[in-house]
Amino acid sequence: MTVTENAAELAPAKEVGQARRRKEDARLITGRTTWTDNMTLPGMLHLAVVRSPVAHAKITSVDLTAAQQAPNVVAVFSGRDFADEQGSIPCAWPVTPDMVNPGHPSIAVDEVNHVGEAVAIVVARSKAAAQDAVELVDIDYDVLPPVLDMEGAIAEGATLTHDHLESNESFHFVFDAGEIGTGGNTEQAFADADVVVSRRFVQQRLIPAFMEPRSVVVQPQGDNFTLWSSTQVPHILRVMLAMVTGVPEHKLRVVAPDVGGGFGGKLQVTPEEVLSLLVARRLGKPVKWTETRSESLMSAHHGRDQIQYIDIAADREGNLKGLRCRILSDMGAYLRLVTPGIPILGAFMYVGIYKFPAYLFDCRGIFTNKTPTDAYRGAGRPEATFAIERVMDELAVELGMDPLELRRKNWIKAEEFPFTTAAGLEYDSGDYDAATQQALELLGYDELREEQRRRRESNDPVQLGIGISTFTEMCGLAPSRVLGSLSYGAGGWESASIRMLPTGKVEVVTGSTPHGQGHETAWSQLVADQLGVPFEDVEVLHGDTSVSPRGMDTYGSRSLVVGGTAVIKAADKVVAKARKVAAHLLEASEDDLDFSDGKFRVRGTPGAEVGIQDVALAVFAAHNLPDGMEPTIDADATFDPVNFSFPHGTHLCAMEVDTETGMVKIRKYACVDDVGVIVNPLIVEGQMHGGLAQGIAQALYEEAVYDADGNLTTGTFVDYLVPSAADLPHFETGNTVHPAPGNPIGAKGVGEAGCIASTPAVVNAALDAVRHLGVSDILMPLTPERVWRAIHEGGDGGGRATAGTNAYGGAQTETTAGVATDASSLGGDR
Amino acid sequence: MSQINVRVDGMDYTDDVEPRTLLVHYLREQLGKVGTVVGCDTSNCGACTVHLDGEAVKSCTVFAVQADGSEVTTIEGIGSADGALHPMQKAFHEMHGLQCGFCTPGMIMASIDLVNDNPDPSEDEVREGIEGNLCRCTGYQNIVRAVQQAAAEMNGRTAGATETMGAQA
Repeated sequence: MTVTENAAELAPAKEVGQARRRKEDARLITGRTTWTDNMTLPGMLHLAVVRSPVAHAKITSVDLTAAQQAPNVVAVFSGRDFADEQGSIPCAWPVTPDMVNPGHPSIAVDEVNHVGEAVAIVVARSKAAAQDAVELVDIDYDVLPPVLDMEGAIAEGATLTHDHLESNESFHFVFDAGEIGTGGNTEQAFADADVVVSRRFVQQRLIPAFMEPRSVVVQPQGDNFTLWSSTQVPHILRVMLAMVTGVPEHKLRVVAPDVGGGFGGKLQVTPEEVLSLLVARRLGKPVKWTETRSESLMSAHHGRDQIQYIDIAADREGNLKGLRCRILSDMGAYLRLVTPGIPILGAFMYVGIYKFPAYLFDCRGIFTNKTPTDAYRGAGRPEATFAIERVMDELAVELGMDPLELRRKNWIKAEEFPFTTAAGLEYDSGDYDAATQQALELLGYDELREEQRRRRESNDPVQLGIGISTFTEMCGLAPSRVLGSLSYGAGGWESASIRMLPTGKVEVVTGSTPHGQGHETAWSQLVADQLGVPFEDVEVLHGDTSVSPRGMDTYGSRSLVVGGTAVIKAADKVVAKARKVAAHLLEASEDDLDFSDGKFRVRGTPGAEVGIQDVALAVFAAHNLPDGMEPTIDADATFDPVNFSFPHGTHLCAMEVDTETGMVKIRKYACVDDVGVIVNPLIVEGQMHGGLAQGIAQALYEEAVYDADGNLTTGTFVDYLVPSAADLPHFETGNTVHPAPGNPIGAKGVGEAGCIASTPAVVNAALDAVRHLGVSDILMPLTPERVWRAIHEGGDGGGRATAGTNAYGGAQTETTAGVATDASSLGGDR
Repeated sequence: MSQINVRVDGMDYTDDVEPRTLLVHYLREQLGKVGTVVGCDTSNCGACTVHLDGEAVKSCTVFAVQADGSEVTTIEGIGSADGALHPMQKAFHEMHGLQCGFCTPGMIMASIDLVNDNPDPSEDEVREGIEGNLCRCTGYQNIVRAVQQAAAEMNGRTAGATETMGAQA
């Protein structure tokens, strides 16, 4: 044993697994950043977007005269000015062959279909001048009734969101395991079952609410354009902008500089990116557009917004027999980049970690006169996880079983991996028992159950509940073939290049563009191990299509799993090329060389060695290379995964509910996640914390609310409740590690886990606290008002009251009529 | 236009500003102090927090003319002249108190002010103390750790009482 320990001490510590502090921090903690809005170019003009104050209307007249004559205004454009060149915001995911896409103009020409839609653009010498002139643009609308409620939208004779379409349905997607052959006949399973529980769950509309408002800068240079944008997806944006605007792809460079968060919200080709490019092309001048927070909340895409009708079948002993999910998914007014694909990403996850013999998924995409929806952290999988984990609790109540016991009875056992579910996915690895056991200990489950019993017996006004969520998700988007089979418009590979510089320093180019995840640090750790060079000698380059020409960017917890693997494979190629040079320099056979810790050593000949960083210099000089060898050891690699990876975990929430006030308070939150091999525990822990915060926020705080006229009434951070530090608990987190077999790192992905798993744990906990009082559901978010009403008046707490001021100066509604305040009479923000 | 005299990060400026110009816009657009950022329009997010005569203010809620005759310190002015980081900056780095980093300048400025008022804040006191600053990435846990570590260092206590970082470390 002593010998082994000494050997371990002598070998340099592996970088993978170390809690390296992040390289990115140096510029971020000192304010020396390059946010898009920080950029100023000579002669740059500023854009301000005039937005529709009504949800649904025909545009009857547009008068730009007053705005055009305002001081320092250079130009004012309406939709008519770009009607022939703006094309449509692309939708890359036609989920069914007959999906209806109404087309999505970047700027409205004849009609508007949601509040906040662009209707005119002011171009001025300063941002203030542009914003002043917004008030002077005069547009008349012939207002039409808005479509706001999905269940109403599919009724016979419903008002139409788009009057040129036949209905409000965009698509009808069905996955029937019985037909596909991955499960039995669902109807039969339900007919034969002892117990069927049916529930209707509402996934409220959320807003990604990244902290950095979106910003775009465009610089025309001859017939070339450089576009900087606060985007998650510079590579996808470049391709799509070329297709939409006709600017040839090779004449367009897209740069994502420092990007202040995205969470799916910047996984988009936005109307403002298209319009900025069109205006810059029209005027031949550099332009900048930066949104206000209110613009962001009402016009950047939203997330979630589904109604879920879930039926679950089981026998009396609690053996699951079938699952049937009928989903209405709100598209909003238009289809953006992957709008229809979001509920379909969830289609394969409703079965969760359980062995269902039968499964049916049936989803309709519905148009309404609201802001389009699209990716938000988890994208389809949080909705699926919520539904299954909530309905498992409901089934447990129906059966009189312990909710954990019911789960344990039906989940996939560690020895059963790889396991193909009724949804047809092959889960890779894991141990649900181990994670659960660890989480129970972390929470102090038994003691809290005992306290719950005491509080219940003493009729304590503050009741305690414990919520469980045992989840898995599909990460590592994505195998290109699978994406193709789902009609997605692109592949799911990722690209990397490694450049060995003459001084031995290393440049790593990744196509996976970060916006806060810490790629520069984690990728440096991967390369330091693979090439045996110091962590500090590695520089990671990204986010600029002229530096990193190939990539699929960052979303779906894919970066490390797919992009990191491309980096590893590129590094392996560098080593293979360097080996030839090293063999030549050492006058040895390649086969006789060992490579470790950055050095090639001739086996059995102590002292005969050369470092890979010295090889880099030798290759730069190129004086003494093997005959016929290209003087470079640089390498590229592109990795396309064969399968998804499947992180899993057990999340437990202990919740206090004050039955007298309706206030809920998370007493303790504990989770144990298996995200595969951990490259940097610091980053993994941070991702878990952030995900938990957003998942808990869905359960307790956040909701995008529209009034009866289609006005977003949560259009500022006063109303849209992004939680503060005081609103969130301390998280107890832990990990189990089962390496992912599908990539050489063994990583499964961590970006979305906390957000996916936590929401049902929190709601289940609140219900567990008050179920004995007759409460079986409370709509999210669990505001004190809703919780109090559910306890004292029955039902699910009801919809959120929309009475209040109209923040955007639109028409007064029935619900806002009579609720005049000083602010509302001015039509201003509260 | 009104003329103002302000000292920002140790440098004196005399400038003409529109009466409506917000301090944050003056800092960003006229002085190029783009380390201070704008995250909302309603003084909720705190991303624009700076120190005005030593007190934390949201610079989107202060007119530039109100800073006339005052001293402003931004994220760009808290390190020492030799380039060393402020203990709060160091602690945010050490404790992984940031991800995308957009809220970080404001969060650091608010946290320094908090520790100036309360040299040894409990976890709850930190959470209450920074509730005017929103972060969407971190879930705040590591920010709380960072503030507590910096508080110890700023007040001459050994930094090390704080929990070890990293679940697997």
